[in-house]
Amino acid sequence: MNEVNVSMKINGKTVTGSVESRVLLAHFIREQGGLTGTHVGCDSSSCGVCTVLLDGYTPVKSCTMYAVMADGHEITTVESLAVGGKLHPMQQAFWDQHGLQCGYCTPGMMLSSIALLKQNPNPTEHEIREGLSGNLCRCTGYNNIVKAVQQAAQVMNQPELAAAADD
Amino acid sequence: MFPASFEYVRAHSSDEAFAHLQQHGSDARVLAGGQSLIPAMRYRLARPAVLVDINPIKEFSYLREENGFLVIGATTRDAQLEFAPFIKDRYSLITAVSAVVADPIVRHMGTVVGSICHNDPAGDWTATALAMRAVMVVRGPNGTRQVPIDQFLVDSYTTAVNEGEMALEVRIPIPDAHTQGSYQKIERKVGDYATCAAAVQLAMNADGTIRQAGIAITASGPIAMRVAAAESMLVGQRPTLELLKAAAAEAPKIASPNADQRGSSEYKKDMTRVLVGRGLKQALERLGVTA
Ligand SMILES: Cc1cc2nc3c(=O)[nH]c(=O)nc-3n(C[C@H](O)[C@H](O)[C@H](O)COP(=O)(O)OP(=O)(O)OC[C@H]3O[C@@H](n4cnc5c(N)ncnc54)[C@H](O)[C@@H]3O)c2cc1C
Ligand code: FES
Ligand code: FES
Repeated sequence: MNEVNVSMKINGKTVTGSVESRVLLAHFIREQGGLTGTHVGCDSSSCGVCTVLLDGYTPVKSCTMYAVMADGHEITTVESLAVGGKLHPMQQAFWDQHGLQCGYCTPGMMLSSIALLKQNPNPTEHEIREGLSGNLCRCTGYNNIVKAVQQAAQVMNQPELAAAADD
Repeated sequence: MFPASFEYVRAHSSDEAFAHLQQHGSDARVLAGGQSLIPAMRYRLARPAVLVDINPIKEFSYLREENGFLVIGATTRDAQLEFAPFIKDRYSLITAVSAVVADPIVRHMGTVVGSICHNDPAGDWTATALAMRAVMVVRGPNGTRQVPIDQFLVDSYTTAVNEGEMALEVRIPIPDAHTQGSYQKIERKVGDYATCAAAVQLAMNADGTIRQAGIAITASGPIAMRVAAAESMLVGQRPTLELLKAAAAEAPKIASPNADQRGSSEYKKDMTRVLVGRGLKQALERLGVTA
């Protein structure tokens, strides 16, 4: 067996394991990391539900990367978004705008959206649709997802909006 | 499905990668972005015994202009081209293609060099490299050599990279101010390979004649192909609508697309004509030339 030692930071916490080199990052996150928010939805690298962020804000399909390739790197998953029970502006926006139904695509969708806003803090509707075109959703028809990203963009650009909403 | 078991080796330098490849010969494959290789391994279409991961090689990640060429390193991602301002300003063909290869997430891992080395029959970068007359730099036992793209692309999934060798970079002549391109792709949905696509680049002389033409089609045969007859028909001529039409009509003559769920062979063949025609028109529009 081709076992390798793999160690990476997932959401700031070091996760280590001896796994076969053929283990995909998605499975490492779920099984070694115990974090099941990262979903696997297809066998063809085409749905994007497994999307996580690599070393900051690079979105990658964790089903199309071997865990060992992420050795020594930092991974961000959906579990890191809410802090102290308070939803991330992206999560709040998906909630407010009904950006999800079954929720299966939502972790990948939100992480892709966060990466998109990092690259382009004020995207047009067209840019949002293009930017999220690697993430499939079989439920919502996308309109509310686009609205959610628009809301999140507004809030993330003007944090005082979020503070006001809390009052 | 899980890929078959393999031995993973991590390379930190070009020398290290090359040594591993030499040692393992035909058992080894380079692992670049993995966006073609890992799916192929999951389907067990590929079962290499050894993967040499070149991603940790810092010196392989670059995108720069040097001696008249745009030089793209072996681990430079599609997204780096998509978001580089100088590319957007001056490379219309690359800008167009880098927004339609695969999907936005795949483009953060997938590399231009890896895509050309993969030589998929429907590859977008291979067609682009043909239209722009790129040169590949290959490292072999006798040092590095430059291979023009026409000789580099041998057959489906086969290139001039021999056993134990690797590609280091792709060099693309920098388009001057009188050069523009266009990428025309029909796809069923984002992230699908092309049903048919055409890459076009035109350079103009001051007198309004065409100085150079680069035209390639993909998803139209075993590999992306140069439509040489169309190119030579255009060079030295003033563009007219009849001339563009005649040039575009050369594309289906060399196309031999397979019928699949994306369309019949006849349909795809005719699309090579339509897309080359559209590409020529758009390149001229971008040049401010009316045909
Ligand atoms: C969902 C999806 C949709 C896609 N859609 C498209 C599309 O529309 N158009 C398109 O063109 N592509 C598409 N692709 C493929 C994608 O662009 C790949 O990234 C690309 O083809 C391969 O690049 P890579 O860096 O990932 O290479 P890898 O997958 O790592 O490698 C591919 C092959 O090239 C070899 N190789 C890589 N680098 C070198 C090197 N330096 N020297 C020698 N050999 C090397 C590898 O050994 C392997 O055999 C798609 C992929 C996915 C997952
Ligand atoms: S699980 Fe579908 S793209 Fe990763
Ligand atoms: S909410 Fe069900 S797939 Fe998107």
